[in-house]
Amino acid sequence: MNLKNLTGPLSANNPIIVQILGICSALAVTVKMEPAFVMGLSVIVVTAFANLVMSLLRKGIPSRIRIIVQLVVIAALVILVDQFLKAFVYDVSKQLSVYVGLIITNCIIMGRVEAYALGNKPWDSFMDGVGNGLGYAAILLIVAFFRELFGSGTLFDIRIIPESWYIANGGFYSNVGIMLFPPMALIIVGVIIWVHRSFNKDLQEK
Amino acid sequence: MKALRNLVDNVKPTFTEGGKLGFLASLFDAIETFLFVPNTTTKKGAHVRDCNDMKRTMFFVVLALIPAFLFGCYNTGSQVGLEGFAALMYGLVRVLPMLAVSYVVGLGIEVIYAQIRKEEVAEGYFVTGFLIPMIMPVSTPLWMVALGVAFAVIFGKEVFGGTGMNIFNPALVARAFVFFAFTPQMSGEKVWYSDWTMMGAQVDGVSGATALEQLATTGQMQWSVMDAFLGFIPGSFGETSTLCILLGGALLLYTGIASWRTMLSVFVGGLAMGYLFQAVGLTEYPAYYHLLVGGFAFGAVFMATDPVTSAQTNMGKYIVGFMTGALAVLVRVVNPAYPEGMMLAILFMNALAPTVDYFVVEANINRRKNRVKIVK
Repeated sequence: MNLKNLTGPLSANNPIIVQILGICSALAVTVKMEPAFVMGLSVIVVTAFANLVMSLLRKGIPSRIRIIVQLVVIAALVILVDQFLKAFVYDVSKQLSVYVGLIITNCIIMGRVEAYALGNKPWDSFMDGVGNGLGYAAILLIVAFFRELFGSGTLFDIRIIPESWYIANGGFYSNVGIMLFPPMALIIVGVIIWVHRSFNKDLQEK
Repeated sequence: MKALRNLVDNVKPTFTEGGKLGFLASLFDAIETFLFVPNTTTKKGAHVRDCNDMKRTMFFVVLALIPAFLFGCYNTGSQVGLEGFAALMYGLVRVLPMLAVSYVVGLGIEVIYAQIRKEEVAEGYFVTGFLIPMIMPVSTPLWMVALGVAFAVIFGKEVFGGTGMNIFNPALVARAFVFFAFTPQMSGEKVWYSDWTMMGAQVDGVSGATALEQLATTGQMQWSVMDAFLGFIPGSFGETSTLCILLGGALLLYTGIASWRTMLSVFVGGLAMGYLFQAVGLTEYPAYYHLLVGGFAFGAVFMATDPVTSAQTNMGKYIVGFMTGALAVLVRVVNPAYPEGMMLAILFMNALAPTVDYFVVEANINRRKNRVKIVK
């Protein structure tokens, strides 16, 4: 097994901060840690199995209709994940609302199927899917960490910043409300890219 | 003066590259050029040089801000029941921590950046740091000011490449950040009044809506037009007195630092939009109220005219200025969530200014092209 498939997308080839894919959902579901976590897991499952299935089918599909076949496979997987979430974690599923369904439009999934699964063996493709899903989930969790901690004072809905610090309770602190807006999520993603590139000089654009 | 020069020359080797405190070179350079006009001469070719460099320019802007600043101090005191000299002193003491936080945090980040990039500390923050306390409500908690300043300097300025490269006015970025991050603390009735009990100030129970909020909700304000013009109304620290702002504006125009085109067209734009709303019956108060209350005058004189973020072409200055004024009044009247539209209008037009410039230049090129006659 090629370990690079799994670890590469975590940093040097990260889908969000290096390939700049899937930004839209990264802004939408990162207000709190819990939905971000569930979203990350869902995307890992979908990318991994989409890659696996497409890699198994890769020799039998005429290339003219491959996009349609990919869409059918991905859509089926997304519906499975959506139904699973509705059945077992209904609250989170409600919070994520349309964004689970919109995993189908996440560029990472189509991107990996097109770029990797159609030309590689099933096991490698599966690992590549898991790796990219993990890379996506990792960035989601980092963004959600800052947004939830400073925007709501909680992590996974557990209170971190004590209630008594708040102005309403006689303290001095106040939640940074701008953290709840998507623009701030974009700025956080930008900062992550900034920090990441300053440690990885070879990624810096000239 | 000579002793000071000698002192600076004596300690200079310590602060240059290789000296003991070489890592503070940019800070030393900043202080030296602050004290003395650098006597560098151009090595090659002919250039017109003026001793009025960026430090001197920034100094004039701060000088122009002084009347509004002093009046802001007085008004802060007078809003909590003090009079005369006591009111001035109260306001001065009240705003000093905010000013200190603004300069320490802002300059601290600037020095760190200059050191990392091995550049001189740029002068731009001299003005920005003075502007920031003037556009904040007087009771804004200090850590919020610090956070706003840090955000503005890093994301409003340094990521674009520092002074002179920024797209948005840094002082307004700080204001916008604090406004959107801490909306409950930055609006409402309490924040416009000082909450410090000292010098016998009557702070208990002092609260009330600003003139802008009153105009937005009821269509009239409890102050006379003269009070609004002179500035005896609650509001952000330095923005209340249109008279003092115009005094500063006169200095900026006299020294040629601010563009009269921008300044004039902002006022014209605001007035035109105000009359339009009055004509269609959306507002009942006279249109010129818009120019007297809130941050309109302050924004028009000190913010919209920022030579970096405003338009560069003369025609562009008219267009951007007019649209800034018009947009500010549009936001004030039409959007009930934002009684003050000046900040949003200026930031928005900052973003559009390069595009406006582009089309002005294109139009100029086309006009000249059409003038050319091809002789066969």
